[in-house]
Amino acid sequence: MAEVEETSKLMFAGLSDVSISGDIPVEGEINVPVGTPSQDKEYSTLDEPVKDTILRDLKAVGKKFVHVMYPKKSSALLRDWDLWGPLLLCVTLALMLQGGSVDSKDDGGPQFAEVFVIIWFGSVIITLNSKLLGGTISFFQSLCVLGYCIMPLTVAMVVCRLVLLGGSWVFSFIVRLIVVTASFSWSTFASTAFLADCQPPNRKALVVYPVFLFYFVIGWMILTFSPSA
Amino acid sequence: MASSDGNKNTEPWGGFDDNIIQGTGSAVIDIENMDDTSGSSFEDMGEMHQRMKEEEEVAEEAEATEEETGEDGEFLGMKGIKGQLRRQVADEVWQAGKRQASKAFNLYANIDILRPYFDVEPMQVRNRLIESMIPIRMIHFPQKIAGELYGPMMLVFTLVAILLHGMKTSGTVIREGTLMGTAIGTCFGYWLGVSSFIYFLAYLCNAQITMVQTLSLLGYGLFGHCVVLFVTYNVHFHSLFYILWLVVGGLSTLRMVNKQVAALISRTVGQTPRLILCGTLGALHMLFLLYLHFAYHKIVEGILDTLEGPNMPPIQRVARDLPVVATAAMNAVNATVKTLGVILQSQ
Repeated sequence: MAEVEETSKLMFAGLSDVSISGDIPVEGEINVPVGTPSQDKEYSTLDEPVKDTILRDLKAVGKKFVHVMYPKKSSALLRDWDLWGPLLLCVTLALMLQGGSVDSKDDGGPQFAEVFVIIWFGSVIITLNSKLLGGTISFFQSLCVLGYCIMPLTVAMVVCRLVLLGGSWVFSFIVRLIVVTASFSWSTFASTAFLADCQPPNRKALVVYPVFLFYFVIGWMILTFSPSA
Repeated sequence: MASSDGNKNTEPWGGFDDNIIQGTGSAVIDIENMDDTSGSSFEDMGEMHQRMKEEEEVAEEAEATEEETGEDGEFLGMKGIKGQLRRQVADEVWQAGKRQASKAFNLYANIDILRPYFDVEPMQVRNRLIESMIPIRMIHFPQKIAGELYGPMMLVFTLVAILLHGMKTSGTVIREGTLMGTAIGTCFGYWLGVSSFIYFLAYLCNAQITMVQTLSLLGYGLFGHCVVLFVTYNVHFHSLFYILWLVVGGLSTLRMVNKQVAALISRTVGQTPRLILCGTLGALHMLFLLYLHFAYHKIVEGILDTLEGPNMPPIQRVARDLPVVATAAMNAVNATVKTLGVILQSQ
């Protein structure tokens, strides 16, 4: 025991000037951790089959859709933000809103690029506005929330297209008006449930108004869409 | 070429071990023998940086296990050293570039510059909206125009939405462009353009009004425009439009002009510059409302037709244009637009 202590003292004598009072022999084992499970998991996502990756992402996107359908105060949408859902919804909406006619004289409806640009630049401006008003939400989280909350309007678009396939004009207009109004208020309510929490309490109205205007413009584009025969 | 002494490598050409470790700190390098075989492109610099970090870690481990540290500045005339030098230089350039880019980003993309102009309460915005329709009179003490950007921006976007609605319901066809682009361009162009023009005029007249103040003033003046257009795009009577134009437009213009005068009173500004400034502002404001109402009854297509064939009247008669008063105004505007078209064509 004394020999061990002596040798250890000799070995660690050089450390005595490293602000340790006296020669305190240090015992124990120092091991380099070999292949911790978390490290393995990180690298193994590269090796897993593509089907697993896609399914995992699809499940995350689906979960967020459910959160939008039943907006309650949960932070899942904010914590793991992703932009797949907004992209999917935006592309679907823009494709459905394309005017049928390619006649250069008649601007039948908003073209794909217009809808795309409106949605993304509108979201960027609302995000900047909420950040400038002192919000605590990050840029991409806000884009994620606004994009996912377009889902009710996309559903309304599908319904409108189906309604336009047949029926009298007045009746279909009333039905479309009701559907679009309902989905637009649903979108606004869902997004404010997430966004307004990240604001100082007396400024919620200032953040809600641009969101209202944004979804109003999209809803109005859906309502006034009429496919050319 | 220096020879390798005192290293423990077994390969005849010297190997990589010690000299790579020393190469990170060496200063004596024979440049004449460098060649281009170990190139480093900037696209790979990030990976190279990573690799260099890993190499440093490996080097530290190796140094910790070895007792002798070897000699610095040993050059062996191998490609390894040359590659090391090139990598070092490229790495330093990469770091410098990254530093500059992040500095530029922090300077220009910093939205905190705009933060104080958005520091408002909903009550303040509401009060300012209502006050923008009430012309204040006989102000004898200098008043400061509040510089705020939230209200004006929201009003401009609302105007864009209303304009879009008006264009759609009147069946406007825009050939060289999109509906949305035209609406945004018109509204933002007016807001930014006329504000800059008024700021420039104020600069000429030596009146100290800041750009933010003119933006704010003009922005809140657009509230009247929003109200008038919202009503008249849905209720199509020209006489109603004229009444609203005079009343609502007039009120908001008077308010703007009075605020401007009040802001100018304390300065050493004479009567004439004040008149010029306020007159310009008032005229542009009223004319813009007139333009917005008439411009999107197929007039855009009309202008294009005018440029191509001088026989078509610029404004098409739409079924709802009933009152006789309107026709006189229509003819006057027709004539103006025709001359404008001819002028544009001749240029």
